[in-house]
Amino acid sequence: MYTETQIINNSNDELVINVGPQHPATHGVLHLVITLQGETIKKVEPHLGYIHRSIEKMCESLTYRQFICASSRMDYLSAHINNHACALTVEKGAQIEVPQRAQYIRVIMDELTRIASHELWWGAMAMDLGAFTPFFYAFREREVITEIMEETCGARLTMNYMVPGGVMTDIHPDFQKRVKEFIQLFKSKIDEYDDLVTNNIIFQNRTKGVGHLSKEDAISYGCTGAVARASGVSCDIRKLYPYDIYDKVTFNEILETAGDSFARYMIRMGEMRESIKIIEQLIDNIPEGDYQAKTKAVLKLPKGDFYTRVETARGELGVYIVSEGAATPYRIKFRSPGFSNLSALDQMARGGKIGDLMATMGTLDLVIPDIDR
Amino acid sequence: MTNEAIKEFVFNVVPSATFDESGEFFTIQIDATEWKSLATLLRGVPYNFNYLFCVTCIDWKTHFTTVYHLTSTNHRRAIVVKAKVDRNDPLIETVSDIWKTAEFHEREVFDLFGVRFKNHPDLRRLILTDDFEGYPLRKDFEDAVNMIKL
Repeated sequence: MYTETQIINNSNDELVINVGPQHPATHGVLHLVITLQGETIKKVEPHLGYIHRSIEKMCESLTYRQFICASSRMDYLSAHINNHACALTVEKGAQIEVPQRAQYIRVIMDELTRIASHELWWGAMAMDLGAFTPFFYAFREREVITEIMEETCGARLTMNYMVPGGVMTDIHPDFQKRVKEFIQLFKSKIDEYDDLVTNNIIFQNRTKGVGHLSKEDAISYGCTGAVARASGVSCDIRKLYPYDIYDKVTFNEILETAGDSFARYMIRMGEMRESIKIIEQLIDNIPEGDYQAKTKAVLKLPKGDFYTRVETARGELGVYIVSEGAATPYRIKFRSPGFSNLSALDQMARGGKIGDLMATMGTLDLVIPDIDR
Repeated sequence: MTNEAIKEFVFNVVPSATFDESGEFFTIQIDATEWKSLATLLRGVPYNFNYLFCVTCIDWKTHFTTVYHLTSTNHRRAIVVKAKVDRNDPLIETVSDIWKTAEFHEREVFDLFGVRFKNHPDLRRLILTDDFEGYPLRKDFEDAVNMIKL
């Protein structure tokens, strides 16, 4: 973290300026110190930690049931998927068999979360580039998902719905009906998104060829999610290491090779359509049965290491638990997707213009609490 | 790419390495001084572990263990390397020149555990303020003001 604000003209005709921590396009409190020569970016240096809460240390004194709710506070837009990752890790350690019904519900919820997250990104991304209307369009559809979530989970943002062994409560009786209504609504709107933003020539000119990241760099920087897939790296955890029932559904991993901002944009637009496909396959086939496995009141994990990888809306989330056999973890590490994706920002922005930086950052889809933890 | 083949490959470079096959990933345990030479070999042919997806550290009160999760995008195989680091003088060589992602991750480990990475290009605190005292993820860290231990 870096607390001094500076505007320095140094001897090489370079200007050092600050973007953030309170800049509207950083979507939270991210501080970038940028070295400029004229309008050309020479260096981007991210300074983190403005909302660091030391979640990893906190988790060391929470039990295996309690710590899951802390993970919703990291990447709050993929709260369900974070909870899912934690639940999977505990289930792996405690060898809990999850009922089929719970697995179906979890995957449907994950995909709804992914759509909701991408919707917000789409609106905010367009707003970063100066288009205000898409933000309202995106929130109009996102609201429907949030209401579905509220009805079933009781919360709109940090749901805490996944628990070790399944889900906390059964789905609301109206759940299937409302999800199907949403699918119909969304299908009619997504083409509108394309008309409004994707096919807009101004938008295309501002994003094509901007913020280029090569395939080698994407791998070396540990990028995941849409950022890596836009550079042609196949890295969808749902495909490579399927969890729950992802191996039973058919969907495509969207890949682009251009590696620029427009490619990253197209990946996320494609992913929303794929998520709809996954939900359609599952929504009418949720099996009857328990929504939660019977588990012991106090969960203890055997001595050892447990690592789970899941695909959140931003990329690969890794949950690493080191257990000493107690009721609380000895050490927890969250490998957050945003952290690694942000480290590649310098590589992407260097040599570009300052005006293009927002287009690059917008398509990285950064969520700052996810980076700071 | 069997475990036996990797064992033999590693054993030729680091004779003192031990292996653990009980967990989810195949684990190689080494001493901190051997990490750099092993990392260079794992990144090269034939295994090509080109994707370092997690770097972290564990405080065992007597020593630190830095944990590196590696995978190969060609072979789709993951392994874990655990390096034992002295707790009184925590020093290990950086691998940021091999995997660029390590630069950020190592800074985080330095920030929260105080492990120093030799030859790291920019080893400063990443998350905490520059004048912060102590390393919060160490087991003996106590902070009465900002209570993070519940």
